[in-house]
Amino acid sequence: MEEINDIQNLEIASEGKQYIVVRLGTEFYGIDIKYVDNIVRNQRITRVPKAQRYFKGVINLRGEIIPVMSLRLKFKLEPDEYTNATRIIIIKLEPQSAIGIIVDEVKEVVTLGGNSIEKADTSDPSDPMIQYLSGIGKRSDGLISLLNISAVIVGREGKDEV
Amino acid sequence: MDVSQYLEIFIDETKEHLQTLSDQLMILEQEPENMDTINEIFRAAHSLKGMAGTMGYKRMQRLTHDMENVFQEVRSGNMTVKSELVDVLFRGLDALESYLANIMETADEGTEDNEEIINTLNGIADAATGKSGTDAAPSATASSAKPEASKASGARYNEIHITDFEKGTFEKAKAQNENIFGVTVYLQEACILKAARAFLVFKALEELGEVIKAVPDVQDIEDEKFEMDFSLLYFTKENAEAVKAAIENVSEVKEAIVGTYEFEEQAQEEEAKPEQEAAKEEPKTPEAPKASAKPAAAKTAEKPEEAKPAAAKKPAKPAVGRTVRVDIEKLDVLMNLVSELIIAKNSLVSINSSEGDEKSDASFNEQIEYLESVTTNLHESVMKVRMVPIESVVNRFPRMIRDLSKKLNKKMELHMTGEDTELDRTVIDEIGDPLQHLLRNSADHGLEDNEERIALGKEEVGNIYLDAYQDGNNVNIEVRDDGAGINVEKVRNKAIEKGTITAEQAENMSDKEIIDLLFRPSFSTAEKITDVSGRGVGLDVVKTKIEGLGGNIECKSVIGEGSSFIIRLPLTLAIIQALMVELGPEKYAIPLGSIETIEDVLVSDIRYVQTKEVINLRGTVIPLIRLDQILDIEAGSKEVESLTVVIVKKGNKLAGLVVDNLIGQQEIVIKSIGSYINCSKMIGGATVLGDGEIALILEVNALV
Repeated sequence: MEEINDIQNLEIASEGKQYIVVRLGTEFYGIDIKYVDNIVRNQRITRVPKAQRYFKGVINLRGEIIPVMSLRLKFKLEPDEYTNATRIIIIKLEPQSAIGIIVDEVKEVVTLGGNSIEKADTSDPSDPMIQYLSGIGKRSDGLISLLNISAVIVGREGKDEV
Repeated sequence: MDVSQYLEIFIDETKEHLQTLSDQLMILEQEPENMDTINEIFRAAHSLKGMAGTMGYKRMQRLTHDMENVFQEVRSGNMTVKSELVDVLFRGLDALESYLANIMETADEGTEDNEEIINTLNGIADAATGKSGTDAAPSATASSAKPEASKASGARYNEIHITDFEKGTFEKAKAQNENIFGVTVYLQEACILKAARAFLVFKALEELGEVIKAVPDVQDIEDEKFEMDFSLLYFTKENAEAVKAAIENVSEVKEAIVGTYEFEEQAQEEEAKPEQEAAKEEPKTPEAPKASAKPAAAKTAEKPEEAKPAAAKKPAKPAVGRTVRVDIEKLDVLMNLVSELIIAKNSLVSINSSEGDEKSDASFNEQIEYLESVTTNLHESVMKVRMVPIESVVNRFPRMIRDLSKKLNKKMELHMTGEDTELDRTVIDEIGDPLQHLLRNSADHGLEDNEERIALGKEEVGNIYLDAYQDGNNVNIEVRDDGAGINVEKVRNKAIEKGTITAEQAENMSDKEIIDLLFRPSFSTAEKITDVSGRGVGLDVVKTKIEGLGGNIECKSVIGEGSSFIIRLPLTLAIIQALMVELGPEKYAIPLGSIETIEDVLVSDIRYVQTKEVINLRGTVIPLIRLDQILDIEAGSKEVESLTVVIVKKGNKLAGLVVDNLIGQQEIVIKSIGSYINCSKMIGGATVLGDGEIALILEVNALV
């Protein structure tokens, strides 16, 4: 984990990275823009029985069927409330497999240089959020938790989750 | 020029020839005197040798050459075909196949020399003829006899005209004491890859000197735009003999004529003398730089070409893509359908623009119907393009059974039917291993020893059957034997011993259920593990693979009479006919192929067996599956008097799926829902409906 962080920090040090800032409840999260394929409005989600709890189902994006996960459920927050601002961010880790994540709102795109990113606080290993974060971005108007998006998508659930 | 562009052709044709060889060898073993077979074998071996040589696969060429020698002796009646001979030849074939496998992966034949096979082959050939020189002598005499005869007429290089520009190069070469030769190369009539041959000739020549000009020119030769011969002008420090030898080293070259090229005479004929002399007088001033520039340019031009094959060989990319050979007629049909599709689209567009009047409604529907029939036909045709006869997989099995028969020391015969049954290419690629496994099983476990068979009053030779046939939307492949059948008691005891089931469970299980245990992982009843089978990684792998292809497998067995394994595979993979049903607010698709009937069942008719709901449908007891419970759909609270039940079948098993509503039949495109989502096996995929909504496809095999 640390090693990954180090590599990422190195990258960041050389040039600023762009993040899409999204809101979940009152907190802000940053998603590395290079994984973001598309941002779409909330649409009809077809439930998939017996899937993981945080998978809301699948959507039809121009004929392609894309599974959609709820970040809120993944992070053990309150279930989503769909509003006009709700968006689905389509992430492509690999060219052939896209996945959508539901967020409350998409705020903006920011560029963060190396010196405005700090390592995530790893002092409390019991915090399940640690594995999902790659760092903390500092901005004048607050902090952004930078998501390690591949860990969020692929990562295993905590033991307490069913 | 680059040989790698011929690689695909080479691999395709080599496969064909190897298959012919294998088939014919099998026949030969049965009928050692069959002259047609021997000739056929000889031809195949010969072409193989030629092709391997062309592509520069020396080891392969050598092995085929020695095999060919043996066939030659057989053909000329110097030796008779014996079982040992066929064995060696088969080993040779195996070696060739492994070369081919290597070539397919790396474009290189590998480094295995197979000395042993070659020595055995040579030993056999020598024993038959009593000499050790093999057939090098006749071919040598043939080639040495010919030049005299054809020298006068064949030296076509004299017809090459040179330009002013090239003349400078000549002067230069002469100054450097290089010989200028004219070379005419004749290829054998039977030569298949002419361009590749020519390429090898060029390559051989470039090692010794420099090719200045070719007729037809290099591009044309590369494109195979020449008859059986080509000529070129060539500078070298070697003598004519060496050049000739180098060219004739390339196989399938009928002969090479090398002679000194008299460029001056030629030039004089063509050009006015004064000019000629002027050029001669001052060759060193204006022309010298040109002359030196030319070879340099030629060299740089040639270099990339030389580099290419080397580069093509290096990377470990799979050398060949997966291809399907398509009958041109099928493509024509496709083309036709596409044009109809365009017409249909245009009609719709024109209706749209003349919107408003009532007539357009009717013609709109008409056009939609037309469009529907076009797309259905289009689907069918595309499917047909993807279809490959199962023959390409099963034709290696006779050989395998023959080997097994020797290895196990049991006499057996394989009977195959329906080799022309067609399956989707992706299925064909995957089905080989499971079938092979089942056949091995039959040979090893299924059939009894010969003595035992005689004692039981059966015919001595065991029979294994492989039948393929189409059955509705499925293709069935049956592997059958007339051996001992499965000993259910033995399986039962083994299962209890292994702890797979308890003794009580075993009591209550039907024979069929017991037999199904064989498909559980690591379950082999063979008492001793043989080379052939019994390592316990058996039927479960077969089952997994077949289910992965969307099919299923079932086993029937009668003790003393034999057992049969039936594989059912879907004809298509991507587009299916399905029944759309409603469950609460959700829509699901049930593949039509697995639906037996649809029934209305009164709630009062539901019976309970071991607390499970069943219905008695015309004498058959069918378990009911409440889809809404299995799929966690909020149940509609309203009480109903009757249920709509879709009766589905998996093999012989029936089950009734309870649904809320039927929507209707529809052609659906199966799409994957991706690997991230951990859905249960019950969902086989998803499809997009006309209104953009998604319906999940129920996997009946996992439900029943």
